[in-house]
Amino acid sequence: MINSKSYFAIFSLEIDWNIDLLLLRSRYLNLQKQFHPDKFSMKSTLEKRLAMQTASVINDAYDTLASPLKRAQYLLDLRGYGTQQEKYTSSDGLFLMEQIELREELEMIEDQNQNQNPYQDLSKRLGSLSTKIRHRYESLLNDFSESYAKGLLDNALSVLAKMQFFAKLLDQVEDLESRLIICD
Amino acid sequence: MALMQIAEPGVFTSDRRQPMRAVGIDLGTTNSLIAIVEDGAPKVLSDSNGGFLIPSVVHYEKDGDVLVGANAQLKVLTDPLNTLSSIKRLLGRGITDMARLGDKLPYEVELREGGMPTILTRFGPVSPVQVSSEILRCVASAGKSYFGSEIDGAVITVPAYFDDSQRQATKDAATLAGIKVLRLLNEPTAAAIAYGLNESEEGIIAVYDLGGGTFDISVLRLTKGVFEVLATGGNSALGGDDFDRVIADWLCEQAGIGPSIDPSTQRLVMNIARSAKEDLTRAECTSITTSGWRGVLSREHFNKMIDSLISETMQTCKLVMRDANIKSNQIKEVVLVGGSTRIPLVREKVNDLFGCKARSELDPDQVVALGAAIQANNLAGNRQSEEMLLLDVLPLSLGIETMGGLTEKIIPRNTTIPVSKSQEFTTFKDGQTAMTIHIVQGERELVSDCRSLARFDLRNIPPMVAGSAKVLVTYQVDADGLLNVSAMEKTSQVVSQIEVKPSYGLEENEILRMLDDSIRYSKNDILIRNLREQQVEADRLIEDLTSALDRDSDILTENELLSLQKSVADLRIFRAECTDHNELSARISTVAKTCESFAQRRMNKSIKLALAGQTLEELEKG
Repeated sequence: MINSKSYFAIFSLEIDWNIDLLLLRSRYLNLQKQFHPDKFSMKSTLEKRLAMQTASVINDAYDTLASPLKRAQYLLDLRGYGTQQEKYTSSDGLFLMEQIELREELEMIEDQNQNQNPYQDLSKRLGSLSTKIRHRYESLLNDFSESYAKGLLDNALSVLAKMQFFAKLLDQVEDLESRLIICD
Repeated sequence: MALMQIAEPGVFTSDRRQPMRAVGIDLGTTNSLIAIVEDGAPKVLSDSNGGFLIPSVVHYEKDGDVLVGANAQLKVLTDPLNTLSSIKRLLGRGITDMARLGDKLPYEVELREGGMPTILTRFGPVSPVQVSSEILRCVASAGKSYFGSEIDGAVITVPAYFDDSQRQATKDAATLAGIKVLRLLNEPTAAAIAYGLNESEEGIIAVYDLGGGTFDISVLRLTKGVFEVLATGGNSALGGDDFDRVIADWLCEQAGIGPSIDPSTQRLVMNIARSAKEDLTRAECTSITTSGWRGVLSREHFNKMIDSLISETMQTCKLVMRDANIKSNQIKEVVLVGGSTRIPLVREKVNDLFGCKARSELDPDQVVALGAAIQANNLAGNRQSEEMLLLDVLPLSLGIETMGGLTEKIIPRNTTIPVSKSQEFTTFKDGQTAMTIHIVQGERELVSDCRSLARFDLRNIPPMVAGSAKVLVTYQVDADGLLNVSAMEKTSQVVSQIEVKPSYGLEENEILRMLDDSIRYSKNDILIRNLREQQVEADRLIEDLTSALDRDSDILTENELLSLQKSVADLRIFRAECTDHNELSARISTVAKTCESFAQRRMNKSIKLALAGQTLEELEKG
């Protein structure tokens, strides 16, 4: 297995929230062009296995850094905030209100879907809900960036918790979208 | 001076100057094909009957002979119970899947609890793996007559949506046929390779693959020789066979043919249905005659009958585009693969959905085999192609059963492979000393709605208070899309590891026994082949190590270097003298173990070099 200190080191990148995604991608592809198991198919079983493990780590590292949410989690992991992420509960009242409202909106669309409301109508409402959530999510990414840059890691942790909530909600929206596609 | 070694005549060595006899095999529901690369261009080989398409049909003769292909197909009507077709639909399937298909199958199926489903023939019960291996053996023989000797290895294609059991069963069938699998390759990806290599394509493409029994849709991004699958989806039980069935059902209703018909008539009706379907790709209507009934089927009516099946594929396309985070207007072109894409309604709906150029200039029946041949040639090292890279994905999420029969996803679908993920679990009761790991595949929340892949127990966990044991479960998916699972209790280091074999699949020793029993190989042949395989493996290890010691001795201490050099020298002598494959294999493992840490350090060093190299390259470009 690769004994690099961090996923960032695998791609020779500085440990930071702001990374050059194009550079990340080009380095990722260059690495896989050398370490993908397809390049080892005529080698000994030992080298084949090592190549598979190496390529797996490279894939995981790329997947982690390319996704803003996973990158944020990983950055806090590196700073020793790994276990605190699970335990963290928000005490932000406004955020709690917002959570409830958005969830209710999604549930309403879900109920109407079960009551066979027209697809066009529901799809439109779901679309605007999805845009609203994405918008919020984007602004949280900025908040995270700022807190992390200033070294306000407790702040960053609370932003991350919100990001996780919105990411999960987006998953549910997408789940409903695919159910609508199937009913279409 | 060291003695130079000269190989025995006819013994295969891993000499790089001699090109590997590598082939691509498309093991299809209806037809199978084999292709090779000749003078840099892929080409499908014809079988002894002169056809490119070898019917995936196996017939068991009275005298114990086995017919495959066109010759077997001739027996479909006269001896239906001993003539097996569309076997791919049963490959890697469990009892429940088989039971569901049961009454639709024109032959007798035996479902034994806990065992692999088998089909009863005069040859005795045969498993779908055995039947598939007969097809593979027949297809490979076309390669053998082309090369004038046995093939060295094959890339075998599978539907992208095949789950772990279906992939494993395909690989088992190849092993049983004595074929070395270089890689299992997803069919749509193979098609993309066949199209993408002719030109230096760039951009996002979709591959719509509707074959005889399976449907796949893959969305790929092509960049300078990189084939990156963004998402894939499909249905491994939907294809041309189902369209035939729709016509057959209609025909039986019209002609007053009852539901309980003999297998012969059943096959006859299916044949009529199939040729009617084929007629309708060209004509607006076709006349049908069967047992005293005459009628006409129009394309319009046919379209109506298959509309819901085609719409299902279109919905899957939409879901896959969403998974890939791609809008249909971002897709540059859609590649049509599989015989069923000749159906006009399919083309019409594909055009409506994607609204871009649909490409089918490469024969949709051949394109998968052509792509497989190109990849086989690459893997065999016959072609220098540092730029080409294939990044495929896992088609269905892999999970584990947790409390209450719920699935916890360990690796989500559409994750780039190879991939490894670990998760920690703990004990539920005080003093619990064992834990059952139940591995499942699928998207549903309930374990009972997912495909159960395997179950194994981690034992000898030291008794602890509930919740304090730490069991680390690791899922490793290789480049074939096959899963390997290991579990370890961290405080005690108790380890348990299994290669995931479906509970109704073949055990490794079962395959070996079947190989041993096979009338096609004498015992001696098998021993020789096993020994040669180990010799090739020894040669590879010696070669890898020798060149590694040449280049990277700087990362070793004097003592380490001397001891590794001695291991290589000893292995070289042992390999030349040893005649027992088990002993040779054991020696190879020992040597591999000794140099494991060196190999890892080298891998790390080469990553550092690769990074330094690319940074330099970027600086120069910049």
